[in-house]
Amino acid sequence: MMKNMILLIVGGALINNVVLNQFLGICSFLGVSREMKASASLGGAVIFVMTVASAVTSLLYNYVLAPLGIDYMKTIVFILIIAALVQIVEMFLKKKSPAIYQALGIFLPLITTNCAVLGVTLTNVQNEYGFLESVLAGFGTALGFTLAIVLLASIRERINEKDIPAPLRGAPIVLIAAALMSIAFMGFSGLSF
Amino acid sequence: MNKYIERLYNGIIKENPTLILMLGMCPTLAVSTRAMNGIGMGLSTTAVLILSNIVISMLRKIIPDQVRLPAYIVIVASLVTVTELLIEAYLPSLYSALGIYIPLIVVNCIILGRAEAYANKNTVMLSAMDGLGMGIGFTVALTLAGMLRELLGNGTLFGLQVFPESWEPVGIFVQPPGAFLVIALFIAIMNAIGIKTRQRQLVESDGCDMGCAGCAMASECRKAEKKLPSDTAEGGPEL
Repeated sequence: MMKNMILLIVGGALINNVVLNQFLGICSFLGVSREMKASASLGGAVIFVMTVASAVTSLLYNYVLAPLGIDYMKTIVFILIIAALVQIVEMFLKKKSPAIYQALGIFLPLITTNCAVLGVTLTNVQNEYGFLESVLAGFGTALGFTLAIVLLASIRERINEKDIPAPLRGAPIVLIAAALMSIAFMGFSGLSF
Repeated sequence: MNKYIERLYNGIIKENPTLILMLGMCPTLAVSTRAMNGIGMGLSTTAVLILSNIVISMLRKIIPDQVRLPAYIVIVASLVTVTELLIEAYLPSLYSALGIYIPLIVVNCIILGRAEAYANKNTVMLSAMDGLGMGIGFTVALTLAGMLRELLGNGTLFGLQVFPESWEPVGIFVQPPGAFLVIALFIAIMNAIGIKTRQRQLVESDGCDMGCAGCAMASECRKAEKKLPSDTAEGGPEL
């Protein structure tokens, strides 16, 4: 049991990295990785939303959608749940914890269209995970996202100071950096327990 | 030029969603392992895009402005569910190849972006043509990426052997890193021959990064950028 739980988190974060291996959340991965500080804040917000979204959608799917036989509605229901959840989280943080809101708040609306969140909830359903497994998988995946985006941001802060051939400036060099990171992360697929 | 033809030209060449606007990068990177997958994904997205443009254009005077984004998301999600069920029923091999990326068409920036930027201001016919043009442009870009990756990584093209058996394929190109490399190559070539991608123009105007250009959430994105304490924002070749 314990081993399975660790495997879910490590698997989500390293072996099956959501950005570098499954290409989910590329928009924000490339868009908000210019500075380390911003990317760490986005990572924090994603960890929060993804874990809560996994929990809520798992309960909803297993106890409402599946028993009623309307599991084909999952895409519509999940995207609405995520959008609503992000709104609620934003309002809650604004009222209860202004400090965290200051750090994360501005990134929360962006997360609604982050395909990694919808992706992980749909993967949980596809893999027939129970409640605890879903939450752990969501947490692990979000951890992987944060790791990838913080690493890319720190690489980009260094790239900015280098003399890069003109055609490669901007997006291409960032994509090449991402490719090298992806190669490095492929090494984790050899991990076994 | 006829304004309907102009929409097609705009979508395929002038504002190609993937290569020029840099929207919808997730599916572009993920499903371009084979040329056939690229075509399948491109056509599925095209179908959703045309239908969502038509429906949103028809409802553009009915949907109140404040709730338009949730309304668009519901419309797109319904259309995607229909498409997913149809693919599952009639093209099971494509369904298993594309997997989770079919339901994820919902969060493809191209679709919400076109709804927001075009369909909610224009007539039904023009919106349909806009969807068709953008869809073909997306399909072309995906297929090109898929062909290059399949050729280098597998030695085949649309499943047919191109290189002789003795040629050792470069396996990395069908692995995840190959996707990043191929797209980086495309953009670098376009930079080298002087085609300006939208993302570069945007840096000059308002500083939003790639990916969210024209996306429905772009205004939030810019707000996020501006609110940041920008101690490292200045200087350096930026994205």
